[in-house]
Amino acid sequence: MEELIEKLKEEVIHQLNLEDISPEDIEPDSPLFGEGLGLDSIDALELIVLLEKNYGLKIEDPKDGKKIFHSIRTMAEYITEPQKVC
Amino acid sequence: MDQVISTYSQIKPFQIRVNGRLEYDDKNFITFAEFIKPFFKRLNLGYPKFYKMDSLSKLGFIAAELVLRQVNLDLFDNKRVGIVLANRSSSMDIDLVHQESINDRSHYFPSPSVFVYTLPNIMIGEICIKHRLKGENTFLISEKFDSRLLFDYVNELFQHHRVDACLTGWVELLKEQFEALLMFVEPAGKAVSEEKAGMMIPFSEEAMDELYKTM
Repeated sequence: MEELIEKLKEEVIHQLNLEDISPEDIEPDSPLFGEGLGLDSIDALELIVLLEKNYGLKIEDPKDGKKIFHSIRTMAEYITEPQKVC
Repeated sequence: MDQVISTYSQIKPFQIRVNGRLEYDDKNFITFAEFIKPFFKRLNLGYPKFYKMDSLSKLGFIAAELVLRQVNLDLFDNKRVGIVLANRSSSMDIDLVHQESINDRSHYFPSPSVFVYTLPNIMIGEICIKHRLKGENTFLISEKFDSRLLFDYVNELFQHHRVDACLTGWVELLKEQFEALLMFVEPAGKAVSEEKAGMMIPFSEEAMDELYKTM
């Protein structure tokens, strides 16, 4: 899990062009939106693309997005949940 | 009342000028991205959204920043400061990136953050957000820098009392070819200091042509 969290940090930084942020700046449990990294709605769409492109995961119910993208750890947990591959 | 160009910026490979004064000059760069990033950092704006913009928006954003930091925007109602920009290639530079991402149906992952910039008006939006400008805005497309088109449009806005001031000019970028000339146009006599008053250029087609020529 910790290895996946570190990988996800790198991928999020790259996908969202977070130039001034390094992986060490991202706490695995800190909120990604609002007070955390200050991501916006376009970033949320980019994260959806990231999960599909890199992990073959599609978010079927948009309501799940809030929970899945709460933090890097919740993203990692979603990825490692069984039977998610499309 | 006549209008004047109170301040202007000029950007071309690989030089940046403000009111004719050289601000940045380095021939070691190869790409626009390499050129603009260190200059943006030097401005110390603390504005991470810059990194997410497409190249056209970055060019317009920097050119506008250099102009508007010379202007006391508090003197104007932000709902009456307009923006009228023009270029030749519209948003083609980022349109091609988007096209590339949807060419292969078996690897179809269009990027929302790329797609969102596939209109040149978005560059105006980025400038408006940064400087809280809410006045009239328009993006015009012309084959080449057309001072008459810009003059007529901006002049019309002033004549019909739609704006009290206007940021106008040319912001062109396609495949590493880029140039920007942005000017702040305001009524003559608005200048707050003699030093600034001395820099006022009467707003005219000829003046814009001259500034474009001296880029």
